[in-house]
Amino acid sequence: MKVLVCISKTPDTTAKIAFTEGNTKFDENGVQWIINPYDEWYSLVRAIELKEKDPTVTIHLVTVSGADAEPIIRKALALGGDEAIRVNNTSNDSMVVAQEIAAVAKEGAYDLILTGKETIDYNSASIGSMLSALLDQNYIAPATKLEIDGTKALVTREIDGGEETAETNLPVIVSCQKGMAEQRIPNMRGIMAARTKPLKVVEASIQTATTSIQQFDLPPAKSGVKLIDPTQMDELVRLLKEEAKVI
Amino acid sequence: MVLIYIDQADQEIKKASLEAISYGAALAKQLGTHAEALVLGTVKEDLSSLGKYGASKVHQVANDSLNHFDARVNSIVAAEAIKTIGADVVVFAHNTNGKAVAPAVAVKLNAGIVTGASALPKTDNGFVVTKTVFSGKAFASLKIETAIKVITINQNSFGIQLTEGTASVESLAISVPASTIKITAVNKVEGEIPLTEASLVVSGGRGLKGPENWGILLDLAKSLGASTACSRPVSDADWRPHHEHVGQTGIQIAPNLYIAIGISGAIQHLAGVNRSKTIVVINKDPEAPFFKAADYGVVGDAFEVVPALTAAIIKSKAGA
Ligand SMILES: Cc1cc2nc3c(=O)[nH]c(=O)nc-3n(C[C@H](O)[C@H](O)[C@H](O)COP(=O)(O)OP(=O)(O)OC[C@H]3O[C@@H](n4cnc5c(N)ncnc54)[C@H](O)[C@@H]3O)c2cc1C
Repeated sequence: MKVLVCISKTPDTTAKIAFTEGNTKFDENGVQWIINPYDEWYSLVRAIELKEKDPTVTIHLVTVSGADAEPIIRKALALGGDEAIRVNNTSNDSMVVAQEIAAVAKEGAYDLILTGKETIDYNSASIGSMLSALLDQNYIAPATKLEIDGTKALVTREIDGGEETAETNLPVIVSCQKGMAEQRIPNMRGIMAARTKPLKVVEASIQTATTSIQQFDLPPAKSGVKLIDPTQMDELVRLLKEEAKVI
Repeated sequence: MVLIYIDQADQEIKKASLEAISYGAALAKQLGTHAEALVLGTVKEDLSSLGKYGASKVHQVANDSLNHFDARVNSIVAAEAIKTIGADVVVFAHNTNGKAVAPAVAVKLNAGIVTGASALPKTDNGFVVTKTVFSGKAFASLKIETAIKVITINQNSFGIQLTEGTASVESLAISVPASTIKITAVNKVEGEIPLTEASLVVSGGRGLKGPENWGILLDLAKSLGASTACSRPVSDADWRPHHEHVGQTGIQIAPNLYIAIGISGAIQHLAGVNRSKTIVVINKDPEAPFFKAADYGVVGDAFEVVPALTAAIIKSKAGA
């Protein structure tokens, strides 16, 4: 079974969020880059677990990004990916990214495509759904469990107020979130092996973006916390009712 | 025309879709046009009542096989229906199902899409949609460059707005492809409001020390009629179920009131709750970072403060 894991480069969760060039660009100064946590902890580690159960599984990574994404791709290879493809396109437009991945997917004929639930920078949660349209495959999101049984996938996904489990034939596209797998740390052997694993660079083929970023803004600062004495809970209730008007 | 995709589960229209209609109707007004709705499947509600939220017409593909959500089938049928009806802007709720179909529909319509919109688009010069990015730590304004535009709107960001009126209902004949997904089990927590739809949320962190202490939090939630949430270490330790985990790597919520008990307010936690309208923090450490993001704070021991707050709420409700 061939698994394609979509990997995105995102700022670390504690990165300072600031903008430059008249608030039109994310300020990358001093930012640490990580594999998008949903891609790493859930999609990639689940793919590795599937491979541990069935050694015929191969794990292919794809990222649509500039050369500065290579350290995080090497990390994903160190965790357990077998080979990687980087599509050399720095577009922020989900539609462009999805089309690039779809081109890779058509070429590779994967049985299973995994994405994270969303990226923690643009929070678009769009790539898996777009791939399902571009490849005409089933899409199950956001998934908390995934088992493969021969040519079938058993996927549990979150629904409002609960979960449901579905069965479908491969190929299928699954977006992954918490529950799928436990976070892992690459070991020395993995890090050494990753250095020589194949990382192929493909030139960008899609240029027409459907959206463009005009401006970033930071939310207005809170005006400051109003402290209430722990013995004055009647006062807190009054404030919630009369001032905040939320209860 | 602005068309709103209506999400349903168990033949009931999702609250998030009613909000999406109000948003779509306000957008239609801004554009000098009208808002219509698209329902896939059959629902219990009287569809003409969607007029109350601002839809002038409801198109229905009344095929029972659409009553169970399948992202591929729903996006195929929705895209065909939208092509038949003809819409300039299509609005979805940014909920579980909306996120799964809207981007696929955008592909099929050759439309640009902005997901997670937090306000009405600016339409005086182009079509610019503001959305939350960096898990709520910032906003980005994106211009959609295509003729047809698709938007998913963040839950609880616009609110349901009631107007006068009933919608006309029209049935639409669209062929429905067979689903190749078989649902084998459904596991619902009965009687609970899903966290993403809750307007009041009480949440607990590691400061509560262990699952055996959750009673005071549940009592508070009950007195308010609130849903319950927790921080990541709490669900990681299985003190509470995973679906209660809020934050950057959990669920992102935007209730009217979020009460955080024994939660330090790590940046990853805040990312999931910073869109709440009012935040109350109860923490015994006056230096806890959460106080910086709070509207009201109580520096004190949760084991004393929370029962006292519950009593005050019960007293206030009895008095009112
Ligand atoms: C990549 C990444 C993603 C993450 N994603 C998330 C996420 O989505 N959601 C999330 O929540 N976390 C997330 N985290 C973890 C986050 O960094 C924090 O570790 C976590 O939020 C802390 O949880 P807590 O506040 O419950 O516990 P703690 O940080 O241990 O805080 C406990 C608090 O309780 C207070 N307290 C103790 N006793 C009492 C008492 N008797 N009465 C009142 N207060 C008391 C303490 O003063 C303290 O402030 C993530 C971390 C990383 C690195």
